[in-house]
Amino acid sequence: MVKVFAIILFTGVLTENFVLRQFLGICPFLGVSKKLNTAMGMSAAVIFVMVLSTAVTFPINKYILEKNNLTYLQTIVFILVIAVLVQFVETVLKKFMKPLYNALGIYLPLITTNCAVLGVVFLNLDKISGGDLNFLSYPYSGSLVNSLGAGVGFMLAMFLFAGVRERMESCEIPKFLQGLPITLIAASLTSVAFLGFDGVIEGIFK
Amino acid sequence: MAEKTRLRRELTKGFIKENPVLRLVLGTCPTLAISTSVIGAIGMGISATLVLIGSNAVISALRKVIPSKVRIPVYIVVIASFVTIVQMLVKAFTPAVDEMLGIYLPLIVVNCIILGRAEAYAGKNPVLASTIDGIGMGIGFTAAIILMSIIRELIGSGTLAGIQILPPSVAPMAIFILPPGGFFVYGMMMAAANRLAERKGLAKAELNGCDACPMAGSCGIKNDGKDTKEEVTA
Repeated sequence: MVKVFAIILFTGVLTENFVLRQFLGICPFLGVSKKLNTAMGMSAAVIFVMVLSTAVTFPINKYILEKNNLTYLQTIVFILVIAVLVQFVETVLKKFMKPLYNALGIYLPLITTNCAVLGVVFLNLDKISGGDLNFLSYPYSGSLVNSLGAGVGFMLAMFLFAGVRERMESCEIPKFLQGLPITLIAASLTSVAFLGFDGVIEGIFK
Repeated sequence: MAEKTRLRRELTKGFIKENPVLRLVLGTCPTLAISTSVIGAIGMGISATLVLIGSNAVISALRKVIPSKVRIPVYIVVIASFVTIVQMLVKAFTPAVDEMLGIYLPLIVVNCIILGRAEAYAGKNPVLASTIDGIGMGIGFTAAIILMSIIRELIGSGTLAGIQILPPSVAPMAIFILPPGGFFVYGMMMAAANRLAERKGLAKAELNGCDACPMAGSCGIKNDGKDTKEEVTA
């Protein structure tokens, strides 16, 4: 069981990295990765919301939507549930956990429209219906671990890329590449590095 | 007459001058993810355009009814409804495209182009202008994503829309259809667009922190993306 969870977790972080392999959450990746502490705060909030929204949407899907043949409403239900959840968490944190609110609070409203959060919810369902063996044995806990892995992967990508961008500040860049183009090309090279993780999970755990 | 030219300008601004992908830096996620094949790109472009037209029209028609405090949730509900409709249509009529788009089809809900246009344009302008803005932006998005997919599919697998173009003796460079190729081609296209913009005397495309994010207005981070170093050079 520990092995299954470890496989799911490391697959999410490395080989199926959300930002660099699946292109989810690119806006914050390009927009907020300039300052390391903002990037880390944002990523922590993303991890938090990802796990929480998976925890809530999974039972809703299984016991309400699937029971009543309403799965075509998934998109609209999930986005609303996530939006309401984020608002609710923000209010609760503000009232009862001031330090945590100060650290994560300002990022929370942003995350409602982050495609990585809705993406992880759909991806979990996809993996279960697609017959992924690791998920079939532990659908709910596996989904939670996968969401955690996706969030940590997002954080890792943000962290690495913030470092890359810091180095770029002191480089002389050809004029036509300055700004966004060179950022994208740097992202491309970071992504090449992640291609190197292909097969590493099978190698370690099998 | 003046009304007509104004509307025509609303339509064509999305094509090049304010192209959502290359100039406004919106909708980067689907652009990068789906542009590995021309067929997928066309499917994505048309689906997003339909959602954009529908949501722009409805949001603009309701703009005086929606209280500004809850406008974002209302916009999201409207957009999600249109996405559900489009999802059903795609599933029913082109199941192959549905397979290709995968989770990116429902993720049109959080595509920044759509929420961004709702917030920046449809929430403030009359129905006809908003619909035309939606059509123009949709065409701009579709054109950019198709252009990118042509480059990536041709170099990455030697085909266009599944038809072999390069002779089989030319080995395709598979990295172009892998994620790094996506970032690279997008970066190069952005560089070319900036160069052309500069020639026309327009500012270059720049993602200044939260500019592309439709939530920026209701969010606490004051990240204008500028640090001291850039201010010196600018």
